[in-house]
Amino acid sequence: MSQGLITVAYITAAVLFIFSLAGLSKQETAKRGNLYGIVGMAIALVATIASANIDALALILAAMLIGALIGARLALKVEMTGMPELIASLHSFVGLAAVLVGYNSFLSMSSGASEVTEGALLNIEMGEIFIGIFIGAVTFTGSIVAFGKLRGIIKSRALVLPGKNILNLFVLVATIVLGVLFFQSGGSLLYLAVMTILAMLLGLHLVASIGGADMPVVISMLNSYSGWATAASGFMLSNDLLIVTGALVGSSGAILSYIMCKAMNRSFISVILGGFGNETSNTSNDEETGEYKEIQPEEVAELLKQSRSVVIAPGYGMAVAQAQYPVADMTRKLRDAGINVRFAIHPVAGRLPGHMNVLLAEAKVPYDIVLEMDEINDDFSDTDTVLVIGANDTVNPSAKENPNSPIAGMPILEVWKARNVIIFKRSMNAGYAGVPNPLFYKENSSMCFGDAKATVEKILKAI
Amino acid sequence: MKIGIPKESLAEESRVAATPNTVKQLIKLGFDVVVESDAGDGASFSDEAYQSVGAEIVSGDAAWQADIIYKLNPPNEHEVAKIREGATLVSFLYPAQNPELVKQLAQKKLNVLAMDMVPRISRAQSMDALSSMANIGGYRAVVEAAHNFGRFFTGQITAAGKVPPATVLIIGAGVAGLAAIGAARSLGAVVRAFDTRLEVAEQIESMGGEFLKLEFESDEDGSTSGGYAKVMSDEFIRAEMELFSRQAKEVDIIITTALVQGKPAPKLVTREMVDSMQPGSVIVDMAASTGGNCEYTVPGQMTVTESGIKVIGYGDLPARLPTQSSEMYSTNLVNLTKLLCKDKDGNIHIDFEDVILRNMSVVNEGAVTYPPPAISVSAAPVKKDEPAATSVKKEKKPMPKGLKYCFNLAALILIALVGQFSPVSFLSHFTVFALACVVGYYVVWNVTHSLHTPLMSVTNAISGIIIVGALLQIGPSVSVVTVLSFVGILIATINIVGGFTVTQRMLKMFSKG
Repeated sequence: MSQGLITVAYITAAVLFIFSLAGLSKQETAKRGNLYGIVGMAIALVATIASANIDALALILAAMLIGALIGARLALKVEMTGMPELIASLHSFVGLAAVLVGYNSFLSMSSGASEVTEGALLNIEMGEIFIGIFIGAVTFTGSIVAFGKLRGIIKSRALVLPGKNILNLFVLVATIVLGVLFFQSGGSLLYLAVMTILAMLLGLHLVASIGGADMPVVISMLNSYSGWATAASGFMLSNDLLIVTGALVGSSGAILSYIMCKAMNRSFISVILGGFGNETSNTSNDEETGEYKEIQPEEVAELLKQSRSVVIAPGYGMAVAQAQYPVADMTRKLRDAGINVRFAIHPVAGRLPGHMNVLLAEAKVPYDIVLEMDEINDDFSDTDTVLVIGANDTVNPSAKENPNSPIAGMPILEVWKARNVIIFKRSMNAGYAGVPNPLFYKENSSMCFGDAKATVEKILKAI
Repeated sequence: MKIGIPKESLAEESRVAATPNTVKQLIKLGFDVVVESDAGDGASFSDEAYQSVGAEIVSGDAAWQADIIYKLNPPNEHEVAKIREGATLVSFLYPAQNPELVKQLAQKKLNVLAMDMVPRISRAQSMDALSSMANIGGYRAVVEAAHNFGRFFTGQITAAGKVPPATVLIIGAGVAGLAAIGAARSLGAVVRAFDTRLEVAEQIESMGGEFLKLEFESDEDGSTSGGYAKVMSDEFIRAEMELFSRQAKEVDIIITTALVQGKPAPKLVTREMVDSMQPGSVIVDMAASTGGNCEYTVPGQMTVTESGIKVIGYGDLPARLPTQSSEMYSTNLVNLTKLLCKDKDGNIHIDFEDVILRNMSVVNEGAVTYPPPAISVSAAPVKKDEPAATSVKKEKKPMPKGLKYCFNLAALILIALVGQFSPVSFLSHFTVFALACVVGYYVVWNVTHSLHTPLMSVTNAISGIIIVGALLQIGPSVSVVTVLSFVGILIATINIVGGFTVTQRMLKMFSKG
């Protein structure tokens, strides 16, 4: 295949990828967007394989076949509640692939197979390899830790090593030093290998020291890294398609991280530096403990039947209890009875950006009644009943009312403005952020204890 | 234990302390219920209705012989004599005004809980009979006013001319006042309201009323720690009276609900004010039974002044909605019973550890327990001192402009350096990179929140494009490069296929209702 044809194929693929992301801007066009992505990928693959070493075709096909089988199996088997884990593991694959591609470039460069042999170009190429491997390695191990945390293999609590920021800084400085040595030695495998190990440790430590509540940020951050790793590979291979794709993915992840941080009113730096929830300032406000009212599922059903408008605010607890199906059934029943039921989704509800939307969609809740925080916050005062299912910090009024609270200033769902608030919870424990929630003690709130799924099923039966 | 529901003996009293519905609930809690014959007549509950839910209908004094007596009004001397020694009595009692009665009850060695002594804490709201009666009274006050007012409440533009809406002034925005605001509003009147407690302004506005703020220097606030209003300073009252006399000339209806706990009602509407009102105007004085807020008020009657203003001083406004009042009051009693009988076994226990019961108790086993120790309840929010601090603190420091320019300059210099020292081929890639970042930025901002998860899985899939690198590096010979490439291709394919497939799966689930 001629070089011109390949270039055109790459440009087409890049444009299709952009369309793919653009398609995701609306529900109506989202499926088409995904299709664009698949077509773009197919074009790029055909063009690349056509220009690849023809003798290795069998190997290539074998690798792709195995990969495709594993990928399809993973994707078809995954539970929607397990999406965060899947995404994290996919990130780690990109990271690992970037490391491998980097090493390959390095090996072919030092064996003289590469056309670049000297001068500035060599330096640039070395720099690209170095950076590419660094980002790839951080993404790789970081994603593995994120995966472990989401799976519950690793404790989701933030790891606090003494002087953790200094540790990180030390690794960064060491990486730069190693980079300089690497240049001066004209490309020595030793320095590269040591750097890789350091980068992997950095990835481990970075994610390990971020608490469970910050997972949405971590995931989108790793998404961003995997993009930059791809872009770096593109630079080392002088391949514009990789650069474009990498940049798209990188900026997408960065924006998602930004949105998530904004939703928690925290700066990106403070999330990365981690340790949230450990610094729980002792704002032990006397008002925050008080008496709470308990309510039985049957009474909740009665209350729902008498309401004209109901808002459901789900959180990670709903995902854990797999309660989305009974919740969807309940929604359907209430809507059939002419009650206006809507969902209020906080941007950081769940462990992944948009996690709740996916779960509700899985349970066939129509997406036009699933609203964002800004869309619904004004409506709470006209709402008869709010059901808070497995959410805690995202509905914590102290973010608004208590300037000393660790979550002060975080935008939240103002559920307490409704006439009745029912909170589904397993116990009176504080949420992930470890911040006490005065919502539970408000006059118009009642607690409904128990497993969210069992409770909702009981309500369903009583309606 | 047996609960007795005697017929109320007070003239004009048509309410009753239990309805068939609440009798059912009491029986469920394990009690036997005896109802005096015809007790529910005034409130349209027949003896048969009580019987059908399991109550025993008795005549004469039998209801008074029960272990527990639920009633509305304080018993009279005659009635006290009929109560069994050691029994429990629950009713409105006003112990501060009726010391004689309290003494009598103590002599009979009774346990007495006063429904007018329910503390104003959140937990006790469900038994707060004063609130539930005030709510009904507020509604009825508006109905009485409308009944005696010669015009519409709501404004209309009709073929027969334009009708301006009536203007209603409500003094005192407690439960009764708020209920009155709501009722007057829903009839279409323009409602203004005044209260000495500043914190109720928001509540007034939430009911659709307009809060009249006093032009007054000091920030005197009229709320007590118990959530009721207190007596204000002379200066404050002068300013207040000025406001009322100005308003009196403008409004058509005045409803006054101003009560100060344990004291005669303050005189807020003077004769001059009433005389300055338009003929045909109506005043409803809800404080009539404690002396009235208006100087013209005659308790229990409607008086018409010389200038044709009607002043209504009915003291039994809640009783004028007997069915509704009985339902609410008896529900308050059921909630109290639940507190008294936690085991649902038909036995009561007056637990002095419980602040609600301690506060309500007037006589316990013959000993007078009134007045109860003070409990400060926060019906009103604690004075807010923080807000000022909050706003200062929360104001995020925007980046100083100078620093911003510095950053921009540094970035420019950095790019210039890159341009100076790197080869052309690198720069062309760099161009592509920079442009792609910008495109990515704009495209991704448009993605709706709900599609963030699919966005992540798609970007995951397309970052599998790194496979291209591995594809180009793989060779036929068995070497390290080939092995690494092989693994690279394999895992990148997992990404591509996995990412696209899972996205497809998710997007299929999103459906419009």
